[in-house]
Amino acid sequence: MDSQVLAPSPILPDQPAMPSRWQQIRAKLGAAPLIPLLILIALVLTAVFADILAPHDPTVGNLRYRYRPPVWLERGTADFILGTDHIGRDVLSRLIYGSRISLFVAVTAVLIAGSIGTALGILSGFRGGWIDQVVMRLTDAWLALPAVSFAILLAALTKPSEWNVAIILGVVYWTRYARVIRGEVLSLKERDFVRLATVAGCTRARMMWTHIMPNIANSAIVLATLQLGVAIIAEATLSFLGVGVAPPKPAWGLMLAEGKAGLMAGYWWLSVFPGVCIMLIVLSANLIGDWFRVWSDPQLRQL
Amino acid sequence: MQRYILRRIFYALISLVLLSITIFCLVRVTGDPAVLMAEPGAKEADLQIIRQEFGLDKPWPVQYVRFVANLLQGDFGTSIYYRIPAFDLYVQRLPASLLLAAVAMAISLILGIPVGVFSAVRLNTWIDNIGKLFAILGLSLPSFWVGLILILVFSVSLGWLPSSGSGTFWHLLMPAFSLGWVFTAAHMRMTRSAMLEVLGSEYVKLARIKGLPEKLVIGKHAFKNAIIPVLTLAGINLVLMVNVAVVVESVFAWPGIGRLLYEGIAFRDFPVVQTTVLLGGVMIVAVNLIVDILYAYIDPRIRYG
Repeated sequence: MDSQVLAPSPILPDQPAMPSRWQQIRAKLGAAPLIPLLILIALVLTAVFADILAPHDPTVGNLRYRYRPPVWLERGTADFILGTDHIGRDVLSRLIYGSRISLFVAVTAVLIAGSIGTALGILSGFRGGWIDQVVMRLTDAWLALPAVSFAILLAALTKPSEWNVAIILGVVYWTRYARVIRGEVLSLKERDFVRLATVAGCTRARMMWTHIMPNIANSAIVLATLQLGVAIIAEATLSFLGVGVAPPKPAWGLMLAEGKAGLMAGYWWLSVFPGVCIMLIVLSANLIGDWFRVWSDPQLRQL
Repeated sequence: MQRYILRRIFYALISLVLLSITIFCLVRVTGDPAVLMAEPGAKEADLQIIRQEFGLDKPWPVQYVRFVANLLQGDFGTSIYYRIPAFDLYVQRLPASLLLAAVAMAISLILGIPVGVFSAVRLNTWIDNIGKLFAILGLSLPSFWVGLILILVFSVSLGWLPSSGSGTFWHLLMPAFSLGWVFTAAHMRMTRSAMLEVLGSEYVKLARIKGLPEKLVIGKHAFKNAIIPVLTLAGINLVLMVNVAVVVESVFAWPGIGRLLYEGIAFRDFPVVQTTVLLGGVMIVAVNLIVDILYAYIDPRIRYG
């Protein structure tokens, strides 16, 4: 009898089940925006497996099939789901291969900008003095440059290629990292653990690397995510103006520029689809960046 | 105050010097400036003449001094395509750009400020959510694509508005909206956060305790103070608009500075491209200087900080 009373009843409604691994992850991520995350994952997969996914060659057209509309319209064929352009190239295949260019340029540009900006920001904030003055004046001068025109000037001076566009955007857009990171380093520098490191006799290089770097990593990543969208739009802008990625490569901005000629004749699919791709990616990057900023900052999370 | 202003002017000058050095060096690092100044396909002998005439065979520091001396005298080089001074071309095109920027600014403020105010007053309601969506869309849509879609809807489908060119008020609408779009989102966010800050302050609480009707509290006490940073941002953005309009102007064939830059690239007209970027930089430095000085004038803490 007693043992029966003491024994746990088989059904205990208020005892929570052990959360599954998935639930744990989910709880940890909080309200992560799932759809943007899926869009970005899809983008990466598309870029990686472009060769398998694309039904046609993105750069070879067939003039017999010029200006075919998407499949659901009259004259559309299942062969060209999203239609064809002015020389009969498949729009869908070009969009698929275009994701490679967008992703490559944006990620490389952000890495370059992030490295320059973070390095200068840490150096400037940590060392202070004349180094800080020089770096900050340089940042000011850079901010005074009209970014778009400056990128166009640089792009016009160099050969059009993915690498050059990425380098140009990296060189133009590093200032925000430098500003933000410097501000954070200035306050970190006064914290006890950094002072203790000084007392312990750490070299400056070591302190910057092991004490400062990990503490500004969050901000750098948040900025990088938000800048990803800026970089994608900037690449599309340069390509649209004819100084970015060179034809016949299927960059989205270039597709929009080529599609503009057919706009008045009503070939709308050439102007709509590449833009929708840009919008979805940039929107996703911005939403994830916003979420990550809140998530990585415990003070904001508790609000 | 004087010392502060002098220091700011000094910083602005440093910015301008760095700007000129950057452009000067970039042109020489990435290629041969003589080629950029000559017409495409010029012979080597002609290039040699150009090098001598413009002193490009001299060492860089000498060249730089000459470059700056020319700029200071208003000599920005001669357009290869139009064969008139690049500076004159710039001045000719400036009014069209300013007109476009002014209308775009009006649109962005008329849309941005009310949405921002309502978002802040009705925090976390559906109005606020629409405002947020609006703001993030503003940052995510490239302005030239907004332009293309507008052409598609209003020119191709509906046939209401002309798709390119200038002259009438109707020509102005679509380019101004495409240009103003990104800034609308920025002004909305700024209005919202400024309103939120002001609404949490002591004097707004006092006004409420005093029993003022909510309309007066928001419209008179809060709004008037919240609008200051928004207008400052708008001032800076007006200058930015002139300088980022290149894509919108090329989509709508609007004859402003941006179009000039675009043509400069298309015709390989380097003096024009260089002039546009340099003068754009000067404008931005100048407006930042003015804002700094105005702020110091209003707020003594900045002056003595």
